[in-house]
Amino acid sequence: MLFTSYAFIGFAAALLLLYYCIPKKAQWVLLLAASYLFYAIAGPEFLPYIFATTATVYLAARLLERTADKQAACLKAHKADWSKEEKKAYKGKQKQKRLAVLILCLLFNLGILAVVKYSDFFLSNVNGILRAVGSARTLSFLGLAVPLGISFYTFQSVGYLIDVYRGAVRAERNPFRFALFVSFFPQLIQGPIGRYGALRETLYGPHRFDGKTVAFGLERVLWGYFKKMVVADRLLVAVTALVSDTQLYSGAYAPVILLFYTVQLYADFTGGIDITIGLAEAMGIRMQENFLRPYFSKSLKEYWRRWHISMCSWFRDYLFYPISVSPGMRRLTKFTRRHFGERAGKRLPLYLSTAAVWFATGVWHGASWNFIVWGMCNWAVLMLSEECEPLYKKFHTRFSVGKTFPYKLFRVARTFALVCALNLFDCYASVADTGRVFFSMFTASNWHVLRDGSLLELGLAPADYAVLAIGVLLMLAVSLLQRRGSLREQILRRPYPVRFCLWFGLFLLVLLLGAYGFGYDASQFIYNQF
Amino acid sequence: MEELLQILTDLHDDVDFETEEHLIDNGILDSMDIITLITEISDAYDVTITAKDIVPANFNSAKALYALIERLENED
Repeated sequence: MLFTSYAFIGFAAALLLLYYCIPKKAQWVLLLAASYLFYAIAGPEFLPYIFATTATVYLAARLLERTADKQAACLKAHKADWSKEEKKAYKGKQKQKRLAVLILCLLFNLGILAVVKYSDFFLSNVNGILRAVGSARTLSFLGLAVPLGISFYTFQSVGYLIDVYRGAVRAERNPFRFALFVSFFPQLIQGPIGRYGALRETLYGPHRFDGKTVAFGLERVLWGYFKKMVVADRLLVAVTALVSDTQLYSGAYAPVILLFYTVQLYADFTGGIDITIGLAEAMGIRMQENFLRPYFSKSLKEYWRRWHISMCSWFRDYLFYPISVSPGMRRLTKFTRRHFGERAGKRLPLYLSTAAVWFATGVWHGASWNFIVWGMCNWAVLMLSEECEPLYKKFHTRFSVGKTFPYKLFRVARTFALVCALNLFDCYASVADTGRVFFSMFTASNWHVLRDGSLLELGLAPADYAVLAIGVLLMLAVSLLQRRGSLREQILRRPYPVRFCLWFGLFLLVLLLGAYGFGYDASQFIYNQF
Repeated sequence: MEELLQILTDLHDDVDFETEEHLIDNGILDSMDIITLITEISDAYDVTITAKDIVPANFNSAKALYALIERLENED
């Protein structure tokens, strides 16, 4: 059931109505039923996967907590009669037990993810190696269907388990409440990847009907539909045509592909998240923000703090920090210091941990070398800019341009161009095609295609380009206005007729300009596939 | 505390670490700064900071960071 389908709109409307009519204590039960219904409609064959993750993570978390509680009680009971060494030995033993539970559960759940999502990618690489060494043998693919949202709910559950292991949150006692945390349908298919500590505050209610909250939520949903259906799905037509033929659409077409895809990706993903967060908000549930005007970032490092925040912070907290401060890394740092000097020893944890994180981020996005190379390119740029930091500082000390508006604008434009270039890896199935198209723009001789009407042969008419221009300007205006605080609060302060015209106008725009006429098909969200 | 303030100032010489109480919340220290900081602190104080210690409450101010170091020194 796509967010953009009539079935979903009907489903969400009926749920919202029912949600505020039933006793408040039962609201979360209704949400759980709705979430499983949503998932069953997507594919009943996927239910065992989400059920297995829910059950194993729930049980492991309870076991971890019970062991921790037992340890605390035991240490309290032996406070006086145990020596410091005895206490330390006992704690060490308990820690090993808890670590074993954690690792087993992680292996099981990440193993499921690895098998369903990456086994064919792995097998195709093995086949490649076999061919390279002259073997006639080929391994056949498993061809497993990837359960809807498996990356998102697995990461969310694993994050919860690690939080319980670290003692950052108490384990959820009620298995059904935990099942809702894993399966909450608006966030199930493309995030944000929620944290239990934050989500539990509002997920389980009770929520009284509040006109302002419901209106704010629905306004955000509408804005999400505008981005998705008016801008992203319209651009999808041109992007699909442009990436279908790397020979024909190269050279001067390359910057067009970069720009179109980057705008499409923004409108698609932020639009989807607006629908998710807006729908949850209409039910009184606050979710973590996933974007903070990312295309206004002045560096790639800043961009990754403002784009897909929930995924980036997940990798930071559960992969980057643990690797950076692990005993193995500490030993390696000492070794590097002894053999290669102080500076190398200090930089090593940073280099290796970020490399691991970007490799994992690439793999998370898809089973393809394209995504892995995309991740490693991000890593290379980030590390290069980290190493150039002293040079930047010298430059800013010498030339006081750092705080001027033109220089800030230059930095924003430079970061945007960099992000556009990196995004190209998303568009093609192979690294070779990506490289060929990207570098073709530097030797292009077909710049005439930008003015001779060739762009009108991509499935978009002049009216579509006009709609896109309006859509992009509107998104830009909204982002600029949001810098002064909540735009919806600003609109709320306007007289009622103005507000009505604004929202009714937006509704009409979605209705009339949404890309669902002849030749269009309301498409899946890009991030659904991740 | 003096040594810690020096480590922090070496990292960001444009921040007043004696008064700033939102180093993480205000985005002054990012994840890479934190790892650099942990490496420096481990050397200077001979303490082991683990992943579960890396939470905003421990890194939002020099004072909070110093309290973490003291706690870890006592644990050792």
